[in-house]
Amino acid sequence: MEKSRRNFIKVSALGVGGAMALGSSWNLVNASVFDSSKGEEVLSSEGKKLKRYPTYCEVCFWKCAGWVYLDEEGGIEKIIGNEKDTHCEGRLCPRGTGGVGMFSDPDRLKTPLIRVKKEDGDIFQEASWEEALDLIASKFSGIKEKYGAPSVALLKHGSPGKHFEHLFKAFGSDTIGEPAYAQCRGPREEGWAATFGGWVGSPEPTDIRDTKCLVLIGSHIGENMHNSQVQEMAQAIDKGSCIITVDPRMSTAATKSKYWLPIKPSTDIALLLAWMHVIIYDELYDAKHIEQNTHGFEELKKHVQTFTPEWAYGHTTIKPDVIRKTAHEMANAAPAVIVHPGRHVAWYGDDTQRGRAIAILNGLLGSWGKRGGFYLKESISVPKYPHPKYPHPKWDWKDLAKDYPMAKMGLTQEVIRASIPSEAGEHQVKAWLVAGTNLPKTIPNKAILKKAMEAVEFIAVVDTMPMDIVQHADVVLPECTYLERYDGIRSAANRTPSIALRMPARKPMYDSKPAWWIAKQLGERMGLGDYFNYNDYSEVIDWQLQQMGSSLEEMQHKGVKNFPRKSGSPYYQDGETIKLKTNTGKIELYSTELAALGFDPMPVFTKHPEPDPGFYRLIYGRAPMHTFSRTSNNANLSDLMDTNSLWMNPKTANVWGFSAGQEVYLKNQDGIISEFPIKIRVTERMRWDSVYMVHGFGHSNRKLTRAFGHGISDTDMITNVSIDPIMGGTGMRGNFVTFLTEKPEEAES
Amino acid sequence: MRYGMAIDTLKCVGCADCVVACQTENKVPIGYCRDWITETVDGTYPLVEVELRSERCNHCENSPCVRCCPTGASHIIEGGIVLVTPEACIGCSACIESCPYDARYTHPSGHVDKCTFCHHRVEKGLNTACTSVCPTHCIYFGDLDNPRSDVSLALKNRKYKALAPEAGTGPQIFYLI
Ligand code: SF4
Ligand code: SF4
Ligand code: SF4
Repeated sequence: MEKSRRNFIKVSALGVGGAMALGSSWNLVNASVFDSSKGEEVLSSEGKKLKRYPTYCEVCFWKCAGWVYLDEEGGIEKIIGNEKDTHCEGRLCPRGTGGVGMFSDPDRLKTPLIRVKKEDGDIFQEASWEEALDLIASKFSGIKEKYGAPSVALLKHGSPGKHFEHLFKAFGSDTIGEPAYAQCRGPREEGWAATFGGWVGSPEPTDIRDTKCLVLIGSHIGENMHNSQVQEMAQAIDKGSCIITVDPRMSTAATKSKYWLPIKPSTDIALLLAWMHVIIYDELYDAKHIEQNTHGFEELKKHVQTFTPEWAYGHTTIKPDVIRKTAHEMANAAPAVIVHPGRHVAWYGDDTQRGRAIAILNGLLGSWGKRGGFYLKESISVPKYPHPKYPHPKWDWKDLAKDYPMAKMGLTQEVIRASIPSEAGEHQVKAWLVAGTNLPKTIPNKAILKKAMEAVEFIAVVDTMPMDIVQHADVVLPECTYLERYDGIRSAANRTPSIALRMPARKPMYDSKPAWWIAKQLGERMGLGDYFNYNDYSEVIDWQLQQMGSSLEEMQHKGVKNFPRKSGSPYYQDGETIKLKTNTGKIELYSTELAALGFDPMPVFTKHPEPDPGFYRLIYGRAPMHTFSRTSNNANLSDLMDTNSLWMNPKTANVWGFSAGQEVYLKNQDGIISEFPIKIRVTERMRWDSVYMVHGFGHSNRKLTRAFGHGISDTDMITNVSIDPIMGGTGMRGNFVTFLTEKPEEAES
Repeated sequence: MRYGMAIDTLKCVGCADCVVACQTENKVPIGYCRDWITETVDGTYPLVEVELRSERCNHCENSPCVRCCPTGASHIIEGGIVLVTPEACIGCSACIESCPYDARYTHPSGHVDKCTFCHHRVEKGLNTACTSVCPTHCIYFGDLDNPRSDVSLALKNRKYKALAPEAGTGPQIFYLI
């Protein structure tokens, strides 16, 4: 066996044996915290009495508020949406409903684990919390002493991330990153900021329920179950709104659309420019709005002069008359029109400009701040629980991201790169805490990730499940699920401000613990006790709620509280001047900020590489029953979809002589071969020059008994990454694959 | 009174929330389902028509499953809901064979099981679990004999179809098209 500092743990003693002893099935509900009088009684299908406790969902980032129903033995029966909540309107999506499976999964991480070196490879040994926390605290403190606090990095996602962010800032490190930025929605946020002076944010303030025209370009609502948007799209369908979907694949949304534009992948900017051309040169815009609210119209007009639908046809394969017709549909509906900003938008490396093109189109159509366009969101800020000032870190994520002038959050891949001595600049990362994010399924270019994991001195992982990342950890901490813990108050930016409470419906199973407790324990061990001046996180929440004119008691009953708006109407009045935080205070069709930084002030179309003969573009996306890779082992959800498949046009299948259901391995342009095979799904819903798969499958940890080896990981196949020069997004759609009917010998590892 | 359901195929996104809600509400064991999603694809790229549908027992007016049941375990209750009494079911599978919609399965504990129209909820005036959870609100449930029920109103102004009407079973689930 290769002698390396940290062997990837394949078949280890992870959780074996002692786990059984520790897993005393249902722990009884602790009466003081879990006062049953707070739960409303209902009967189950079997006539059992149920009590309910408020939560907000953690299966995805939409954070729908809901009720957890418990039976008398403390078993979780079901989870249902909170009827007062604007994220869900009383209805959860399949993943939220299936959140039960996250809790009841017998594969859950049950006890802390510590890596132990053995002759024939490393193994995980079960440990007490004391041992595990002491070890992490001493390692982090040691690194702080030797290299400085910023050399300890946090990679995180979701609610647990918040608790560790506090810990890290107290510790003196702001070397923090999360894949939700550079690997997901960062490019659109910066494209939007350059145009409208602020981020789109989450949930997107799209007024879909009142729109007359919804344009989805690379956004697949219905397959991404962003709950309120799916609900509102259904309302728009009821009202007969025009839906225009641009997608090389006939997505679910495309099947509901008046127009489906099966675009050639990587050519969206050409289509967006042609739409601008038609709107400007057919004079479909509201001249008064342009005059009053936008900056740089004449420049844009000149810029798009030659970008005719005929020009775009050559690139996009969308017929000129369709481009014209759809532009007219948008303009007729304006300002009640939404060109959706999209969500996962790190594609080709020019994604900020693509996001900008979408923003500009909305700017031309005047949909910002208009009913049926984008509403003006409002939120209520949660008061900060008092704690000593954070120390000023000697360097931070910004120093790692200095090549990308518009990066506004930590770039995960730069934190990872700074962990490799040969690639790190003057700042080097020496240890990681990874919380709630399964990096091997999230970060493209696995070779770099592997090198970094190999190079750092220490990795601690906090998760509820034995995800792939766990195999690379030195210490694993089992977090309890969202159904068993308090977390920060959810404050939502929406049409009306609202807050939601997550409280434990029952005591944590096994020896798992909430992230707030883990953060506090680590903090105390590292001499940061002053920052964790509470015994239970409910004290923090209660204090915050009191400041907001509510209380823990009230929220335990209600779950959700909506507040009246203070900023006036969610829409601008007709003729009202729009005020924005751009340099000019107006919608910047010509970006003064990008120009000053030396970037194109208006988006240009660049051709992207195309597949060699025999290769097909790899497109990946979502299924409504799964979120990232975190749900693939959930019994309720894997029951609905337990693997991904490779969508392939019948023509492509014919050329290769493939039949439906046949298994193939994929090989990408760099010779990377998929770890597992994938079944072919022959379908007319797919373009012939591309193949598609749902993201999040192909788990390599055997401890995930339902997900291991099911389907393949799209992320493994993504080795060509085009970095967005503006904000550092990792474009991941420039990868091409071909098919192997058998896995070559040398690829066996 | 005649319970029925209408499902709007123009809104259903095939998310299967109805399936998960049914499983958690009715304790349907993992690996089995009382409702499910089908997809039909017609045409050639890019001229393609796709229909997504949530399917379940049709609570047939003229139900072959009830007629062929030797023990009377399969029966019809008020409102036309077709039920199986687990204790009376001997698991002979005659009903499974006779159902043209493949709506029944054998529960791991031996009896035959299927959609009950959530009669434990319906008798309290609630909607079925699938209806109440569906994020697109595309399932309408209620009394077909009452012109003001959700289901009657949904059927009033739209074209609709039932599945395999040629089987002569009188299905009570309708698909808005
Ligand atoms: S959209 Fe679904 S998974 Fe996401 S928070 Fe809401 S219910 Fe949970
Ligand atoms: S929950 Fe509604 S939208 Fe989802 S599959 Fe079922 S019927 Fe269709
Ligand atoms: S759908 Fe099948 S199981 Fe249901 S009533 Fe009709 S025949 Fe019986």
